[in-house]
Amino acid sequence: MAQTILHKANTRGLTDLGWLKSYHTFSFANYYNPERMHFGALRVLNDDIVAGGKGFGEHPHDNMEIISIPLKGDLKHRDSMDNVAVISDGDIQAMSAGTGIFHTEFNRNTDEEVKFLQIWIYPNQLNVEPRYAQLTLNTADRHNRLQQVVSPDSDDAGIWIYQQAWFNLGQFDQGVATDYVLKGENSGVYAFIINGDVEINGQVLSSRDGLGIWEIEKLTIKALTDAEFLLMEVPLTF
Amino acid sequence: MTTKPVQILVICRNPEILQTILRLIRNKPEWEPAGCAPGAAALDLTGKRKFDVVLLGAGIEPHEDTQLRKSLSEHQPGVRIVQHYGGGSGLLFAEIYQALNGN
Repeated sequence: MAQTILHKANTRGLTDLGWLKSYHTFSFANYYNPERMHFGALRVLNDDIVAGGKGFGEHPHDNMEIISIPLKGDLKHRDSMDNVAVISDGDIQAMSAGTGIFHTEFNRNTDEEVKFLQIWIYPNQLNVEPRYAQLTLNTADRHNRLQQVVSPDSDDAGIWIYQQAWFNLGQFDQGVATDYVLKGENSGVYAFIINGDVEINGQVLSSRDGLGIWEIEKLTIKALTDAEFLLMEVPLTF
Repeated sequence: MTTKPVQILVICRNPEILQTILRLIRNKPEWEPAGCAPGAAALDLTGKRKFDVVLLGAGIEPHEDTQLRKSLSEHQPGVRIVQHYGGGSGLLFAEIYQALNGN
């Protein structure tokens, strides 16, 4: 029988530094909730808003798969591997931090906020050589269907990471429904609603709600309004 | 009455990341960190000084990990050993809190 855990949007942790508002689905930085540690290999789901011209100064990462999905505005990235890039709505970025990487992330624009999701997945290998990748997606490919944006396979659709994880984005019109069949063994799916109202296996979710589901083979998803959402299939043990 | 700070050892091969983690831990007055790279220095330290929590960071080879855990089990039974992920402030505090809470 399917197991679920519901995280309503207004129960998330919040870091408010003035220039940054970061809503944390799981414990992060100074937000610590032992009931909110991870969903399988999904460890961090941060919903970030960065003021114009502001950002994160140089800081390190290691041994983590870090995926950024811009929702609005332009995010400028610079790292210790000499990558300099800007990602915008429709792009996706992945870093395998491995043995260690330093980077900065700034809002490129001074006159508007940048909004993005930052997602951390526990890697299935420690101490890999750090890598950076980004991809521009065709957003039309997620209209009323699921668009795979992350996978474990470099030959598969989307960007790849060091974990048996598959992410799909959907931008559905009201009333459109689809099924999602899980790919991995011992996997679960964490659904995050970006905008709108969505019903997943009978559970109604609204903007920024999250729902973890496991011990199930297939999800049935229906947009109750025009809606955008992200499905993250991750291993429950890793 | 003062309480002795929680003693935390961080072992990490990347010196810049190690220094970052030590700086973050020092920001908590109730925690007292020490740090070193894996290898002889780490084995020496784990044999000499008592720690409450040991964080294993990036760059530790499997044989070094095995040696460290063996040394810790011999010299400091009951110490909480945590695989540290992320290399910065994101997960660090939760990892330490979880260890101190016995999770």
